[in-house]
Amino acid sequence: MSARPRLATALEIAAPIVAVGLALAAGGAFILAAGEDPFAIYALIFRQCFGTGYGLGQTLFKATPLIFTGLAVAIGFRGGLFNIGVEGQLYLGGLAAALAAVALAHTPAPVPLLGALVAAALAGAGWGAIPGVLKARFGAHEVINTIMMNFVAFSLVAFVGRRVFEIATVRTLQIPAAAELPRFDVWLPALRGSPANVALILAVLLALAVGYLMFRTRFGYAIRAVGFNPGAAEYGGIAIGRTQTITLAISGAVAGLGGVNFVLGYKHFFELGFSAGAGFLGIAVALIGRNHPLGVIVAALFFGALSYGGLVINQRVPKELVEMLTALVILFAIAVQQVMERAARSLR
Amino acid sequence: MSAPVVALRNVTRRFGSVVANDDVTLEIAPGEIHALVGENGAGKTTAMRVLYGILPPHAGHIEIDGHTVRIARPQDAIRLGLGMVHQHFMLVEPMTVAENLTLGHEPAAAFGAYRAGAAQRAVEELSRRYGLAVDPRARIRTLSVGAQQRVEILKALHHGARVLILDEPTAVLAPQEVDELFRVLRGLAAHGTSIVLITHKLAEVRAIADRVTVMRAGRVVGGGALTSLTHDAIAELMVGRAMAPLVVERTPGVEGVRLEVNDLEVFDARGLAAVRGVSFTVRGGEILGLAGVEGNGQHELIECLAGLVHARGGTVRIDGRDAPRGTRARFAAGLAHVPADRHRRGMIEPMTLAENLILGLERDPALGRGPGLDPAALARHARALLEAYDVRPPDPRARAGALSGGNQQKLVMARELSRNAGVMLVAHPTRGVDLGATAFIHRRLIAARNSGRAVLLVSSELSEILALSDRVMVIFDGRIVFESTARATDERELGHYMTGGAGATA
Repeated sequence: MSARPRLATALEIAAPIVAVGLALAAGGAFILAAGEDPFAIYALIFRQCFGTGYGLGQTLFKATPLIFTGLAVAIGFRGGLFNIGVEGQLYLGGLAAALAAVALAHTPAPVPLLGALVAAALAGAGWGAIPGVLKARFGAHEVINTIMMNFVAFSLVAFVGRRVFEIATVRTLQIPAAAELPRFDVWLPALRGSPANVALILAVLLALAVGYLMFRTRFGYAIRAVGFNPGAAEYGGIAIGRTQTITLAISGAVAGLGGVNFVLGYKHFFELGFSAGAGFLGIAVALIGRNHPLGVIVAALFFGALSYGGLVINQRVPKELVEMLTALVILFAIAVQQVMERAARSLR
Repeated sequence: MSAPVVALRNVTRRFGSVVANDDVTLEIAPGEIHALVGENGAGKTTAMRVLYGILPPHAGHIEIDGHTVRIARPQDAIRLGLGMVHQHFMLVEPMTVAENLTLGHEPAAAFGAYRAGAAQRAVEELSRRYGLAVDPRARIRTLSVGAQQRVEILKALHHGARVLILDEPTAVLAPQEVDELFRVLRGLAAHGTSIVLITHKLAEVRAIADRVTVMRAGRVVGGGALTSLTHDAIAELMVGRAMAPLVVERTPGVEGVRLEVNDLEVFDARGLAAVRGVSFTVRGGEILGLAGVEGNGQHELIECLAGLVHARGGTVRIDGRDAPRGTRARFAAGLAHVPADRHRRGMIEPMTLAENLILGLERDPALGRGPGLDPAALARHARALLEAYDVRPPDPRARAGALSGGNQQKLVMARELSRNAGVMLVAHPTRGVDLGATAFIHRRLIAARNSGRAVLLVSSELSEILALSDRVMVIFDGRIVFESTARATDERELGHYMTGGAGATA
C-alpha cells in the first residue's frame, strides 16, 4: 500500500478512539457541573474497573455478553443488515440454555453443558432467521421485524414462564452442576468474588471464529459481497435472499449464545429480564468496534467498564452520568466516524 | 481573443503527495465553447472543482472579468455567475421541474404559501429564451436523462450563470440526445454564455468546441483554436505519444455456433415487454455488435442472457446445450459477462482488487480448501491477472473504489476473460474509460475473438461497434431491425435504423 491509503486506514481506525476521547471530555464537563473533579472520577472508574482483581472480574463479566451481542450486530452489518433483534435473541438464548440444561439434568457430564450451548445458539438462530425469511421472501424490512421480534420474545417468555418458572418466582429451576460454566476465581484467586466466567473464553473464541468466517471463507465472502453491493453479488451468482437469511441466523445464534454468561456462568438459572439491554448495547459495541471482531472485544471491554464504573462512582456522582457517557460515546462515534470516513475517502 | 470572463492562474492542487493540478492556467472567453480534454485522472475535474469552490487551491488564484476573486464554496461560484452541471445530477426526483429550479428561493405568497404558478412561469420564460424544451410541471423522475440534463442547465441559468461547466455531459446520452444538447449549447454560446465542456471524446470536441485545452498528468500540455489542431495532434497531446492506430489483426475463419438465441422474450422491471422475439447466433471467433439507442431492450437482453432475469419465452443455447437457469450455472456453462454498469454490477468498490477478481469464482476449489478461502491463493490469482491486464496500481490489497475508471474496467475485463468462457457478453466496455485503457480493452476483445470465443458486444459508441465487430445488428423497440456485416455498413446507416427509420419494423 502507498502512503495515502495507509493514512486513510489509520484515520478510519482512529475514529472510534477520537470519539471516545471527545465523549470523555464532554462527560467531564457534566461531572464538573455536578461539582466533582472529572479527572478524579475517571481515575476512580479506571482504578476500580481495572486496578483490583474483583473490579477487573466485574468488568470482564459485564463485557462478556457485550462481546456476543456486539459480534451479532457486526455480523448483520457486514451483510448489510441491521439486526436490532439481538436483545430478544439473547433473551431467548438464555431461556433455552436453562431449559435444556434442566431437561438434561440426568445425563452424563458434558451432555447438559453441550446441550445448553446448542439450545442457546439454536434459539437465537431461529429467532434471527424469521425476519431473514420475511425479508428474503416478501421484502419486509429487517429493522422493523427484528424490533418487533424483541417484543414477541419478551411476551413469549412471560407467557411460557407460567409453566416453566418455579412457583411464585420469575426464574427457572436451578441448572445441574454439569451444565455450569466455571468462574475464573476457581483458578485465579485474585478475581475472588467476581462472577467472570468461562463464557468470556467462549466469547473470545467465537470472535476469532467470526473473523475467520467473515474474512477467510467462501461464505463470509458472500456475506460481505451482499452487504457491500447486492447488485454485484447477484451478478456474481450469489443468492441474496438465502445469504441474508443465513446471515441473520448466524447473527442470532451468536446473540443467543450470549445468554450463557448469565445463565450457565453466574446465576445458574434463567431470570425474567436478565438481558437488561445488553442486546441493544451490542449495537454501540459493533459501531465503536467498527464491525471487526477484535474491535468488538475492545469496545465490549470499554462499555463493560463503563457499566461497572457507573456502580462504583454512584456515591460521588449520580450513576446516570455514566449512562450519559455511554450515550455520548455513541453520539460522537457516529459524528466522528462520518467526518473521518469522508477524510479517508478523499485521501484514497 | 477577447478578455477572459473566467481564468485560472497558476493553480496547484495536491492530494497528499499526488499533484492533481500543477500550475494550471486556463482562460475562458465570453461566449466561447471551450473543451477541456484529457485522459481520466489528468486533472480536468479537479481544475473545475477548484474553480467551483469545492476544493481550495494550494497555490494560484481565480480571476473573473479580470478581477481576482476568492471562491471558497459553490455558493460563491454561483453568485459570481458560474454554473456546474455534474455528471450525476443534483435534482430532487419526486419534485417538479419548476420546484427544482426554485429550490432554496421559492416564490412565496402570504403565510409562505408556495406560488407554483409563478415558479412555472419563470421556468417557461427561461426555457423559451434559451430554446430548452422542458415541461415545468413534469416530475423529475418521469423525465429522460437528456431532459434531466436540460433541467440542470436551466437551473444554472436560473441562478444567473454566465459560465456553464459541464462534466462529461454526453456520457449518459443517446446519440440524438447528444445532438440536441449540442444545439442547446450552441444557442447558449450565441447568447454570450461561455461553455466549458469536460470530455475525453475527441469527436465531440471536433463537433462543437471553439477552443480546446489539453491536460495530462495534472498539467496543461497544449491547446488553442480548434481550427489549428488536428485530431491526431490533440490525441497525441492527451496520451503523450503518437496514438497507435487500432491494429485489428483478425485471424480469418469462423467456427461453430457457440451462442444461439431463439425467439427470446424478456420483460423489464415494470413488467412490460422489452425484448420481443429476438433470434440470433454468435459463432466462435466472431464479434457480433449490437447497436441501439439506450432503452430499446439491449439491457434486458444482456441481463437475461447472463441469467439475471428469466426469459418469458424463447430459448438460449450455449455451445449447443440449453442454458441452465441462474447466473452461477451460466458461468459454469461457459459464459462470461462484462456488465454495462461496473459500479452497480461489475465490482464491489469497498473490497480489495483480489476480492473483486474472484466475484463469481469464490467457490473455485483452487482458491482454498473446503469452506475456507486461502489469502495466498487469492493474492497469487490477483497478481497474475493485475499484471497481465496492466491494472494500476497492481496491488491486490488496494480497494477497487480507489482505481480510476479505466483501471476499474480493466479489472472487470481481467476477471471475465479469466473465466475462459466460450461466450462473452460485453456491454459498454469502454464507457467512461480513457484512451489508453480503451485501446487496451479493444485489443483484448479482438484477442478473445481470435482465440475462438464468441463475443456479443453492446455499445453506444458506433465507432467502437464498427471497429470491433464482424457482424452488426440494430435493436429497436425490442426487435432486431437490421443486420449486416460490419464492412458493408456505416454509422449513418446504423443511426438510421437505431432511430426507427424507414425499413425498420416499429
